[in-house]
Amino acid sequence: MTTQEFFEALQRAHVEGSARISAAATPLELTDVRNALIGRKNGSLSQLMRELPSLPEADRREAGARANSARVAIEEELETRKVSLDADTPPQPTLDLSMPGRQSWRGAKHPVTLIIEEIEGIFRDIGFTIALGPEAELEWYNFGALNFPADHPAMDMHDTLYLGKEVLLRTHTSPVQVRTLQSYPPPIRILAPGNVYRRDFFDASHAPMFSQIEGLAVDEGVSFVDLKATLSYFANRLFGKTKTRFRPSYFPFTEPSAEMDVECQLCSGRGCSGCKGTGWMEILGSGMVHPAVLQSAGVDAERYTGWAFGMGPGRMAMLRYGIPNIRLLYDSDVRFLEQFAR
Amino acid sequence: MNASHDWLNAFVQTSMTPAALRDLITARCATVDDMVSLRADLSEIVIGYVVEASRHPNSDHLWVTRVDAGTGELLDVVCGAANVTAGKRYPFAPAGATLPGGLKLEKRKIRGSLSNGMLCSARELGLGDDHEGILELNTEAAPGTPFTSAMGVGDTRYVIDVQPNRPDLLSHLGIAREISAASQQPMRWPDLPDVSHSFATAPSVAASALRAGSVEVRLEDAAGAPRYMGVVIRGVSIGSSPAWLTARLESVGARSINNVVDATNYLLHELGQPMHAFDVAKLEGSAVIVRRASADERLRTLDGVDRILNPQMTVIADAERAQGIAGVMGGSESEVTDATKDIFLEVATFDPASVRRTRRALGLSTDASYRFERGTDIELPSAALARAVSLILAVAGGEVDGAPVDLYPAPRARAKAVLRVSRVAQLLGEPIPAAEIERLVTSVGFKCAKHEGDSSFDVEIPSWRGDVRAEVDLIEEIARLRGFDSFSEELRPFRSGSVPASPLDTVLKRVREALVMKGLLEARPMPFVSGAERGFVRVANPIAENEAYLRRELLDTLSRRAEHNLSQMQRNIRLFEIGSVFDPGDADLPREEMHVAALILGDRRPAHWTEPPSPAFDEWDAKALGEEITRAVAPGSRSAFRPGEGDVLWTIEIDGARRGEVRKVSLDAPLWAAQAFGAEVSVERLTAEPVAAAGTARYKSVAVSQSPASHEIRYQVLPTTPSSSFDIAVLVPNDMRAEQVEEAIRRSAGTLLEKLTLLSEYRGDSITQGMRSIAWHLVFRHPERTLESREISSRRERLLRTLEGELGVRQRTA
Repeated sequence: MTTQEFFEALQRAHVEGSARISAAATPLELTDVRNALIGRKNGSLSQLMRELPSLPEADRREAGARANSARVAIEEELETRKVSLDADTPPQPTLDLSMPGRQSWRGAKHPVTLIIEEIEGIFRDIGFTIALGPEAELEWYNFGALNFPADHPAMDMHDTLYLGKEVLLRTHTSPVQVRTLQSYPPPIRILAPGNVYRRDFFDASHAPMFSQIEGLAVDEGVSFVDLKATLSYFANRLFGKTKTRFRPSYFPFTEPSAEMDVECQLCSGRGCSGCKGTGWMEILGSGMVHPAVLQSAGVDAERYTGWAFGMGPGRMAMLRYGIPNIRLLYDSDVRFLEQFAR
Repeated sequence: MNASHDWLNAFVQTSMTPAALRDLITARCATVDDMVSLRADLSEIVIGYVVEASRHPNSDHLWVTRVDAGTGELLDVVCGAANVTAGKRYPFAPAGATLPGGLKLEKRKIRGSLSNGMLCSARELGLGDDHEGILELNTEAAPGTPFTSAMGVGDTRYVIDVQPNRPDLLSHLGIAREISAASQQPMRWPDLPDVSHSFATAPSVAASALRAGSVEVRLEDAAGAPRYMGVVIRGVSIGSSPAWLTARLESVGARSINNVVDATNYLLHELGQPMHAFDVAKLEGSAVIVRRASADERLRTLDGVDRILNPQMTVIADAERAQGIAGVMGGSESEVTDATKDIFLEVATFDPASVRRTRRALGLSTDASYRFERGTDIELPSAALARAVSLILAVAGGEVDGAPVDLYPAPRARAKAVLRVSRVAQLLGEPIPAAEIERLVTSVGFKCAKHEGDSSFDVEIPSWRGDVRAEVDLIEEIARLRGFDSFSEELRPFRSGSVPASPLDTVLKRVREALVMKGLLEARPMPFVSGAERGFVRVANPIAENEAYLRRELLDTLSRRAEHNLSQMQRNIRLFEIGSVFDPGDADLPREEMHVAALILGDRRPAHWTEPPSPAFDEWDAKALGEEITRAVAPGSRSAFRPGEGDVLWTIEIDGARRGEVRKVSLDAPLWAAQAFGAEVSVERLTAEPVAAAGTARYKSVAVSQSPASHEIRYQVLPTTPSSSFDIAVLVPNDMRAEQVEEAIRRSAGTLLEKLTLLSEYRGDSITQGMRSIAWHLVFRHPERTLESREISSRRERLLRTLEGELGVRQRTA
């Protein structure tokens, strides 16, 4: 036996021994265990110690010391176990197990992040990847490339915070559409979450910065049917089985444009004050990508078609979690954020 | 846009209930945001069926009736009307209901007989002056049915969210056109009190000045007013409007002013054509001149505000001065008043962009400017003017003075577009037969001519649809008119995209997971800060002057959030954020970077009954947090924490470049608050540089990349030999860094040193002033054999010699 093998065997004997000691349920069993471990004749530890003289002389001393301390440890464990088994009365519980366990601080993602991740998860399942873009954006990407007419009331919906000449805080995540289309050839299937800005004053449902999530699919043969099918699939994943409806709308960068509603989550479509009696709740804006947008990005608009959508995870978080005031999303009150720990 | 159910019905007779019409308008046209019953004060009135009526025992003019009001039992109701008859239906207000005017009914005894409500007269319901008897209803509606719905009493107002591309929907005419198309019911002009007039109003192409009766009309700014019509009506009597006209205006939420103004407002809501009436007596030189304003020209508008104009604005002037701002608001001087006898009625088309600029410059939005800036129908003024004259003559009398003028120097031809049947199928995903396409687009006024030989159409676009220019716009019309709900929702196969998952997003998600696992709470605050002139990006038009800048670091906004929490008496704060920071940079574009930061203050862990109160977070927690963030941001990279100065405890380097710091954070904090610490690391630059020139692309090479930002992990063979270890404690001067000592230890200990752990630092009485004792635990292992104790002890001696020799550091004794 080499010294190394000796040490390993010693370690094994100790570990096994400890396990058998704790497993012994009666004093009689414990005596058997004692004999099996350190019995003079057949005890496994005793047998091992008889190997000592066969080790190289240089190692003998250390090996002896280790073997001895293992024996001492085993004896102590046997004694402790004996005391607890010998006690006349059944063992008293030393721990009140109803008392609380030791805690550590619980962390949490922001509720808006939870919604974004949920949406991302659904779209990842159907082949979408995440793309990101800058918040300080060029006017061309935010408006020009997206077919916004100059001096037109369409701009009123995008009251803009400017950082300089032709530089602004993006008013939507749609610039990522154009950046992506310029960077990668079709087929494109991306999801672009991010913060966007409007020159809106703070009230219970508006904030000058909020999050948006954008989706874009461009390829040959992509149609309005794909838009409806994919977004309905998404709504059914996010809300559970639900009806959807598409309404005519207007976005300069899509044509046709449609807004999607799902059954009102408050009244299940029966009509309530939350949905003004319609039974529907607006979820997202969408449409077929306007050929002018594809052309802005150098994509052949006769060959390729696409659809896009955008929605506000903040509003959905408020709906999902019953958050009454948008301010709570920004205040960062720890008592609010801790509620989203999982 | 407010629309009235009754008014729409005057255009298109449908038998739809208000809710059904609302859903139709929403599905095919524009979303109805709200639906308001205009007689909500009648909502508690129901149909009551009088089963019995008999004389009141204690009165000679009262009746005691038994009324079925759908409640399942017959109610005793005392009634004073002579016409009450068993077997007839009447409006019934049950006890507890409130009548129009605010009277709340209660159960009460009338001359000894209990009355559970009231049968109502027309006057009591605000439906007329008739108080002769109760209102006998000609209906078979079930007792208990709401009165308003059973009798169609009370108009319904739709609040329609008309998108900015559809100005044609800003009128009852436009909405009715869509209802007519969707319901396939014919549309007709609503009846007006019949005063018929016809005019010869061929547009005058060449002239720029013409006479309308005694008034000379001159068009000098045809860019601002592509079409200008006007007519003079003499001898009107200004007064109040007839009830039907007032009711129409009230149904869309407009107020009655006087008969002439009401007539023009009526036509604005009916046709979407704004008009304005001037008092001819106030027009200097009997002239109407459409021109640009001169610099600093002044005008008091109808709302009594003095406006300063500029040459970008188009005005309507007399020979002397401006009398109105084109398409926005008239002037108060030439306003129609009770004394007005002769009016000049303007019916014009103003340039949308020009009206929009003027409206914005003046901060003055009106029903007229709202429609003009979206674009009115240039072919509409002639019909609108004829209808307006008819209406004014009917409600205010007077007579037309001469022929109307029509200055229309550059008549516009209707636009055309080519529509391919194949393109419709390509975009919409379902083949739609040519015949159906033709039926759909012609239903809202487009004219189709089929091409010979191929399946496409030449489509003529009606003048009121300025939003339709190209083929794709027509395809939207087809989808909309066919109904979005008619398209299938079949999930079809797709090709996977060429865009790799964003490496930055992957990093950010990993960081977020790591910090959440560490017990931190994610904040998503806004990036606006008080900032300073230098070093910060300024918002040119900020929402609030005290937060006009964008943050340079996340710890700035996180600090404000921490202060908010302290103000809420929260003493344990652990926040992190992943977000953009901004620097003015040296180019045109601000420099944007994605950062990660965390801020901690308060207890290190929640209290537990087994332990004394938790110590507060300190520098070492902050350093560990910085290390956690650094590992998550750049796994496998070489990072170093260099001692900093002042509040900066450490600066963080990743692969040799400075990327962040760990520091003490000063807060505006109450006395009881613990010291705050923060860590912030830059993840990546986000560039707003153009990807490629407009209209072009620059494709990145789409290689199959390995999982982004994953770092190489190599398995190390597990040791098979035992290790040996010892501790040393040495006296280190306060101005010497532990790092230096460790470096010397590693050098001297050699390659067999497996692990070096700092065990403790001790300062105390037994230690020389200016020194501290630091203890390390060293673990050695030889990969192939057991180290002999001699080898270990010789290493220990050599190590102590080296430390003393190189650093003057000696072993701690005693």
